[in-house]
Amino acid sequence: MNQIPQLVAVFAYLSLLTVGGGMAAYPEMENLTVNVHHWVTQDQLVHFYSLGQMAPGPNLNMVAAIGEHVAGIAGAIAVPLAFYAPTGLFALIIGRLWVRLANWPWRTSIQNGLSPTALGLMLAGLLSFGTTALRLGHPRVMFLVGLDWIAVAMAAFVLVMMLRTKVNPALLVLGCGVVGAFTFR
Amino acid sequence: MSDVAAPVATASAGAPAAKVSVGEIFLAFLTIGATSFGGGAIAYLRASLVTKNQWLDDKSFVELFSISQSLPGLNTTNMAILAGDRLRGWMGAVAAVVGVILPGAILMTLAGVVYGMGGSRPLVTAGLKGVAAAATGLLLATFLQLARKTLRGWLDVVFIAMAVIAVNWFHVSVLYALLGIALLATLAYRPRSSDTKPEQPTS
Repeated sequence: MNQIPQLVAVFAYLSLLTVGGGMAAYPEMENLTVNVHHWVTQDQLVHFYSLGQMAPGPNLNMVAAIGEHVAGIAGAIAVPLAFYAPTGLFALIIGRLWVRLANWPWRTSIQNGLSPTALGLMLAGLLSFGTTALRLGHPRVMFLVGLDWIAVAMAAFVLVMMLRTKVNPALLVLGCGVVGAFTFR
Repeated sequence: MSDVAAPVATASAGAPAAKVSVGEIFLAFLTIGATSFGGGAIAYLRASLVTKNQWLDDKSFVELFSISQSLPGLNTTNMAILAGDRLRGWMGAVAAVVGVILPGAILMTLAGVVYGMGGSRPLVTAGLKGVAAAATGLLLATFLQLARKTLRGWLDVVFIAMAVIAVNWFHVSVLYALLGIALLATLAYRPRSSDTKPEQPTS
């Protein structure tokens, strides 16, 4: 069955939810790609999302991998187009308008209102993502039950390294992949 | 989406530099798209646009960045579009955004192919579990850095909690959570009659 129209519709919709970063859209991405359309499993989505953190450029280029996984090379082309075009057009139009609205008092209100909204949605996405990522291979049970504590320790290590040092995050992710390959078998 | 460029005072805030060609814009953003490993593409954007090519001054860069954060879409692609548009109109915007996406998208397509061939082998699955754990820590660090930079007070914490409760607890669609909380928060921060001119509140 040709999945391209549905892929395009889903990822165009998801793109509109990426306020303040891609993580905001994660819970919806999980719902649509895993539960509704069965394109990927929960674990596969976490795999793709995590791999995407190592790639250069915007960290949601992983949508190309989902497109490829579902519909081959046509999917790999269609999905990023669907994902980047709507918000791109929006940014182009609103970006021009926004500069002209510099003295509109509501502009500051909107910016101040969007800032905690984006942070909240990012944290919500992070919770959905983290509860799968830190128990990969096991079904999601409840919030803390069934966490893999070695994976939690790895995440904590990366968190501290990110906050305290200037080491390149791609190297940290790669390093944990190598260590994981030998620890989680 | 991490490191926000620190605003450094430059000599003059003013008109962008001489006219830049669409090809030059594409190449500059292609380079950023191919080298900005590990996120934080904003730092790479600043290094290229402000420091190396001097197409934008620091003031315009920070201004564009603040706009890019209040639009839907990823910061990196929004910045590419806003900067490209400022340099060479909509053609500049298209060249910039395609350039910054292309290398990573090709790489991730290849990753998808390789994943399809070996993604279910035990060694790969185990490795990916490590990758996912690291990504969790990485994304949490990005969240904390962002929160430290932009949180203004307890009211912001309330809105963050509302988003988490709505999405994670009640499984409200992200779309409705986004619209509802953004509307509520914008009204909470509505312009006051005492405000003579709009200014970012300082924390």
